[in-house]
Amino acid sequence: MDDRDTPGRRPASRRTPLHDRHVALGATLTDFAGWTMPLKYASDVAEHHAVRQAAGIFDLSHMGEIEVTGPEADQALDYALVGKPSELRVGQARYSLLASEAGGILDDLVVYRLEQHRFLVVPNAGNVAIVDRNLVRRSAGFACHVRDVSQEVALVAVQGPRSSDIVSAATDGETPTLRYYSIAVASVAGRSVHLARTGYTGEDGFEVYCAADDAAAVWGRLLDVGEPWGIVPAGLAARDSLRLEAGMPLYGQELDETVTPYEVGLGRLVRFDKPSGFVGSEALAAAEARPLRRRLVGLAARGRRSPRPGHEVLAPTGGAPVGVVTSGAPSPTLGHAVAMAFVTAELATTGTELVVDIRGRAEPVQVVDLPFYKRSE
Amino acid sequence: MSVPAELKYTEQHEWLRIDGDLATVGITRHAADALGDVVYLDLPDVGAQVVKGEACGEVESTKSVSDLFSPADATVVEVNAEALADPGLVNTDPYGAGWLLRLRVQATLDLLDADAYARLLADD
Repeated sequence: MDDRDTPGRRPASRRTPLHDRHVALGATLTDFAGWTMPLKYASDVAEHHAVRQAAGIFDLSHMGEIEVTGPEADQALDYALVGKPSELRVGQARYSLLASEAGGILDDLVVYRLEQHRFLVVPNAGNVAIVDRNLVRRSAGFACHVRDVSQEVALVAVQGPRSSDIVSAATDGETPTLRYYSIAVASVAGRSVHLARTGYTGEDGFEVYCAADDAAAVWGRLLDVGEPWGIVPAGLAARDSLRLEAGMPLYGQELDETVTPYEVGLGRLVRFDKPSGFVGSEALAAAEARPLRRRLVGLAARGRRSPRPGHEVLAPTGGAPVGVVTSGAPSPTLGHAVAMAFVTAELATTGTELVVDIRGRAEPVQVVDLPFYKRSE
Repeated sequence: MSVPAELKYTEQHEWLRIDGDLATVGITRHAADALGDVVYLDLPDVGAQVVKGEACGEVESTKSVSDLFSPADATVVEVNAEALADPGLVNTDPYGAGWLLRLRVQATLDLLDADAYARLLADD
């Protein structure tokens, strides 16, 4: 029965322009933020190791893309976000946050300065509407225009130590020289793209923004050219275990509207020295001045039995609840389980021994510095 | 997905190879694929009493964890040491080298045959 049009039903999950490629590659598909996405192609652990050792290619077309253009686009973004995008030079990128008036985190995102008066904001798939709405509202007093171009833009990432070789070989003509967290126009398979040296895996890597209609050609070219270097298609399962090892927060797990940047170690992103002021500044100034009650920490277990989101963190003696796990998995690279958790600030010091209640059995863990994994330069 | 005809199954996606009052137990390929790469197994000790329908172990992948339910009231007579050392066997050979437990069964078993289990998968 075809019930796509039955009223009251949740709309069908959206497909990226690369959907048919994923099906042809035998991907296991999953629903994520309203999108049908590849979870894994064959072995999620093999995909994880490929990104650490060679390269992986990811379809990230579910991510949002919002353009902010106009002579006061930089001032509008300074006002709308906690950071200071006006300081970016053309071709630079920066990680930033959209805060609520109350100082909570509405999204974490990357801002690229494509041109003097043109910025690209990349929110999480599940937060495109809220980011778009807030950027429109917050930029109302500035000479600029906000446009959600998510439908027209696809995103393919190549991540891993061989990604630079692969991207150089896949680009037509001269490959732009890109430092980490920068972006430039390039050509792949005859298609004009924005090539950025950014990612979410803890490895060197690139993100290729292209027109949705060009996604299949760009994906195909990168996958073909990357073969001698051992590139493999990688799904969301590997993306999640990679970002966890790299100590990178995931919106909805480590970050949400009840969390301030200071609690998650992102206070450095908040810039008070902005002539425009910014939304959330009063609440964030108060949050900065207040002692922290809880902090996001890394936890390392001894074995592979893993803390999972929602598990309680307990004091090692007495067993009083002192926190909650936000993400956790057996780390493919390290061979033991790792987790991120909010814990009472007094117990957040590196080296502190704690316990996690994993389905009724207490497992000892130790507070460790983030990230769990750092690539060798 | 092919389901070996000579095995019996539970609705929790476990398989059993019955030999008199001994039963070898593992998880089906469907269950292994749904979990993703298995990286950790927590199995009961040899000699432990397990109770039908109750969790007696865990099968853990990078993205999730699943309880292993005992298919019968039984005594654990053997656990697969090779699978404990190399849990990936559960993915590569779920009906063979990736077996988990050998049980001495104390009561009559109430299990699905291969056809019934295949129908269960088709209805999922």
